[in-house]
Amino acid sequence: MRWRGWMLAATAPWAAGCTTTMSTLDAHGSAGRPVADLAWLLIAMAGAVVVASTVAMLVALFRARRTDEAPERIPVDRTRWVVVWGVVIPAIILAGTFLWGTHTLAALSASRTANALTVEVIGHRWWWEIRYPGTGVVTANEIHIPTGRHVRLLVRSADVIHSVWVPQLGGKIDVVPGTVNRRWVEADQPGVYRGTCAEYCGAQHAHMGLLVVAEAPATFAAWVRQESRPAPAPRDSAAVHGERVFLASPCVTCHTIRGTPARGAVGPDLTHLASRRTLAAGAIPNTKGALGAWVVNAQGIKPGSLMPAVPLTGAELQAMLAYLEQLR
Amino acid sequence: MTTETVRLQDVGQLERTWETPRTIRGWLSTVDHKRIGVRYLVTAFVFLLLGGIEAGAIRAQLARPELHLLSAQLYNELFTMHGVTMLFLYAAPVLSGFSNYFWPLLIGARDMAFPRLNAFSYWVFVLAGIFLYTSFLVGQAPNGGWFAYTPLTEAAYTPGLNLDYYTLGLLFLGISTTVGAINFIVTLITLRAPGLSINRLPIFMWGTLTTSVSVLFAMPALSAACVMLFLDRRAGMHFFDPAAGGSTLLWQHLFWIFGHPWVYVVVLPAMGLVSTIIPVFSRRPLVAYPLVALSTVATGILGFGVWAHHMFAAGLPDISMSFFSAASMVIAIPSGVAFAAWIATIWTGRPTMRVPFLFMLGFLVLFVVGGVSGVMVGVIPFDWQVTDSYFVVAHLHYVLLGINLFPVVGACYYWLPKITGRMLSERLGRWAFWLMFIGMNVTFFPMHILGLLGMPRRIYTYPLGAGWGTLNLTESAGTVVLVTGIVVFLVSVGVSLRRGAPAGANPWGASTLEWSLPSPPPAYNFAVIPTVRSRHPLWEDRVGDSGTHAPSELERGAVLDEGRETVGTTMLDAEPVAVLRMPGDSLWPLLTALAIALLFCGLLVPSVPISVAGATAIIACVIAWLWPERAELRAGAENSR
Repeated sequence: MRWRGWMLAATAPWAAGCTTTMSTLDAHGSAGRPVADLAWLLIAMAGAVVVASTVAMLVALFRARRTDEAPERIPVDRTRWVVVWGVVIPAIILAGTFLWGTHTLAALSASRTANALTVEVIGHRWWWEIRYPGTGVVTANEIHIPTGRHVRLLVRSADVIHSVWVPQLGGKIDVVPGTVNRRWVEADQPGVYRGTCAEYCGAQHAHMGLLVVAEAPATFAAWVRQESRPAPAPRDSAAVHGERVFLASPCVTCHTIRGTPARGAVGPDLTHLASRRTLAAGAIPNTKGALGAWVVNAQGIKPGSLMPAVPLTGAELQAMLAYLEQLR
Repeated sequence: MTTETVRLQDVGQLERTWETPRTIRGWLSTVDHKRIGVRYLVTAFVFLLLGGIEAGAIRAQLARPELHLLSAQLYNELFTMHGVTMLFLYAAPVLSGFSNYFWPLLIGARDMAFPRLNAFSYWVFVLAGIFLYTSFLVGQAPNGGWFAYTPLTEAAYTPGLNLDYYTLGLLFLGISTTVGAINFIVTLITLRAPGLSINRLPIFMWGTLTTSVSVLFAMPALSAACVMLFLDRRAGMHFFDPAAGGSTLLWQHLFWIFGHPWVYVVVLPAMGLVSTIIPVFSRRPLVAYPLVALSTVATGILGFGVWAHHMFAAGLPDISMSFFSAASMVIAIPSGVAFAAWIATIWTGRPTMRVPFLFMLGFLVLFVVGGVSGVMVGVIPFDWQVTDSYFVVAHLHYVLLGINLFPVVGACYYWLPKITGRMLSERLGRWAFWLMFIGMNVTFFPMHILGLLGMPRRIYTYPLGAGWGTLNLTESAGTVVLVTGIVVFLVSVGVSLRRGAPAGANPWGASTLEWSLPSPPPAYNFAVIPTVRSRHPLWEDRVGDSGTHAPSELERGAVLDEGRETVGTTMLDAEPVAVLRMPGDSLWPLLTALAIALLFCGLLVPSVPISVAGATAIIACVIAWLWPERAELRAGAENSR
């Protein structure tokens, strides 16, 4: 629709400078777009009501001030006017709004299980565990999806309430302990869509980002094949040494690297750590320097996070980074 | 009952009976509803400033991306206490302040039905507020949000005293709110002046009446939830723990069954202020009074049927959510009625642009903005996008500042002359209004856009690349303007107290009973109990709405100067049926409140000896409070003879 393009252009200055926008109005895919249309309708309705009411108030003031009639002579009863403008007209607007909303809700709720991909999203303080049932793929803070295919998200919690929100792909769904909630998304074109935790979940709620990476089906299939493999064996000597440092460190009590004895289940699976775009749920980029800083001083980067500082010598750290950097 | 006109020299006996001695003991023991009302107002404004300081810190932290003025922990405490303070310690108590001061004056009574309970409710309020704020002194302020969702607020995830301050503080404060509500309801039902039948009730009172009834049904849900959370945290229970058969969402249901009606608790009396003030400055009675009164009551009732719209993203079944969505649409209609009535009142009146009226006009705009964004978030798929985003922050601040703060400040300009006897400066008032109005919109309007651009709530910082920096900086600048406006208002109150022009009895030419009294009113309120025969006792010569009845009598009526007495009347028609004896000043309300504070401190620490001492002290104080006075015993003996 052309008008949507115009409206987006109008809001673009606010989003200027973003590499990836999180605008609910710049929606992609069949779950996000109907809601964006609904949003524009509601904005138009709200704007019209605000303008009309303000004008009515100003007219009332302007008109009334010109009146020469003494107030006691003015007919007191305007009940019918109040009923028309206060009950009937609002009721029509509200009923229309409700019906459009229900229509959109029904469209979003229709079952989309045929050929759907299922992804499990598990909220932790303060990161996301992502699992692909039946493939062995376990990753963190990054959901890869094929374009043009419905993806059913099964969301659950490892601790407190969180909420999955990827604004460009549709509305949020809370992650509620004790239940599995469902929502489907779909991306019609490749891209990286930024998401976040939307339910206050404690100290580091602000740093609980999520990326949805939509790829062409073939690229996605390759990604799944790669991610389902155990970690590659380290080749160069620094990495071999680094693996030994890692396996001897306290890291293994919390982290898993498939194909090694590291089987911790508290923190993110690190099997293909180097293939991810960010670290610490989007708090820092996935670079060697950032990773080193995170290992030795996680509390400085994300105060209150459950990642402790790992006591390592400089040489040990360099070796461990060499190892972690080749986990592709 | 003697019916006579009282001349000035005859009120000496009334003065001696009702005047509180100007001593420390008198200050601590007074039950005068006017002094209690002023205390409520002053205390609520102190909490408004505290909540404002918290908001200022929040806005400073969010002014730019990636700022580190506040730690994550402190930020979380500040936004939690900002919400708790504004909703529980400012917005509701400030309205209780006006209600306390004016309730008996509006109905021609000499005090509230339970004057000592009134004093008690104030002392509990201020002690509960202090209790909550001592959490900052030990560095463990509540940090789970004002909504305190479990399981984050369980001991496993938030050890420490933070949430114990929250649960105990709200239980403590709930006592004050509940007894206050009972007092308003009983006073309204029993103490209206003869002839002030229910259809002649000043419109303001419908708001507080509805609110008071709502409190009685809503507060138990919050209190139960707080008790359950306290037991989960301290006694190893599992009400909200799904692993042990509890339910996470149970807390949300209980909290919002309380929480949504509470929103109406803090706005309906303020809408009552608007319905009071607009007609005075439009110089004509409120249009469609019966519809406005009914819509107030309807909002209060419907307010109990919309709570799940706070939980649309929680995974409830679509069909149940649709009912709540529909109810959220329906509840907009009574607001539409009120708005149409206000516009019609201005339309058919002859408005005079004084400062109180200016605040009402500002309110009308903010009311519509907050109202339509409320309808928007009532639409489920849209709510999935914007809930827990800054869009909702924008919505709720338009509702709470627009429908609470603006009417309250407007009502201060309107009613403070009655309370202090001095007018406020029109010039400073206009400055205060425009600064507040512009500051409010610059601060909160961009938040709608930020929410649509994906900024979630309750984040202590945001990344540079998100593109939210400009709007956030704009908002923080708006906050400075808004705060300046509030400071100008407070300064204008100070100036008025020092050298405001004398107000006289009825500076605005208003229509209700309080304006028949001198400003400030005497301790006994009415020298004679008036007889009311219309909705506008002071406008009868102008609007003639007493119909075929004789005019109201404000200067002739029962004197009742043989002790603290007022007239008791019937519920609907206000036929006089009894002369009621009122209790006098007493220290026991304060001592009882202190004893309860002791118990809550004991539970907080936790310390068995302190708790037991507190509980024992409560029982002792209540016995002493209720112990019949000698005069009552003598009267009882005479009656039985």
